[in-house]
Amino acid sequence: MMLQRRDCLGWLASLGLAAHCPAFADAEQAQTAIRALTGDAQIQSGRVLLDIPPLIENGNTVVMTVQIESPMTAHDYVHSVHVLAEGNPLPHILSAYFTPRSGRAHIVSRIRLAENQRIWAIAQMSNGSYWRTFADTLVTTSACTEER
Amino acid sequence: MTLPLRTLVTVPPQASRGQIIWIRALAQHPMENGFRHNENGQRISRNLLTDFVCQYNGVEVFRAKLHTGVAANPLIEFTTVATESGELVFEWRDGQGQSAWAQARMEVV
Repeated sequence: MMLQRRDCLGWLASLGLAAHCPAFADAEQAQTAIRALTGDAQIQSGRVLLDIPPLIENGNTVVMTVQIESPMTAHDYVHSVHVLAEGNPLPHILSAYFTPRSGRAHIVSRIRLAENQRIWAIAQMSNGSYWRTFADTLVTTSACTEER
Repeated sequence: MTLPLRTLVTVPPQASRGQIIWIRALAQHPMENGFRHNENGQRISRNLLTDFVCQYNGVEVFRAKLHTGVAANPLIEFTTVATESGELVFEWRDGQGQSAWAQARMEVV
């Protein structure tokens, strides 16, 4: 049987432990955050590469690479890319804003992941179109919530 | 006001014109997300670097917005095209409007 987070939280609540846990975002909240960025525009799949290890031992620092296919010329370049998480306390991770002088739409950063979840990368091109991809991860040690 | 942050940027000292170069920018900062508690059970208040900007001879070439999901001591690696010799200036801004700066010089041949 797969152990669902909801069940765990239920048990924790019955033990009076849930007060310690911040409310996690869920898939719906992440989609709402994506919609807030894109409005009613259609989001197409592809052109974005999101590289996150599928199995993560420590969610406190996870190396993430985002790359978007684009010629990066003055009239055809990547305007921005937004990275959002479905299972962190808040969905937003980071946004990067490129220019034609970036040469390439490619960033590397280190992020936090609170639990097993899906990460989305949404790119906006200079012509206003949106492209997306996702990566699924399994996280052994959670970030964000541990006590000091 | 200037933030007392340790910052480290890696820019190639020399590049050929038109070459795409990698830049690494690292700042020493806890990126406290406001969800953690200290040993007394009190919530540790949020303290984040929220903005990062890179200017190349005064022109903005890259910008990033950082949120709670960015790890402590945020690392940002990105690219830019080497167009002319000059200064690259990096700015990190926190949620209180304070900034830290770093700069690097690159010769383009």
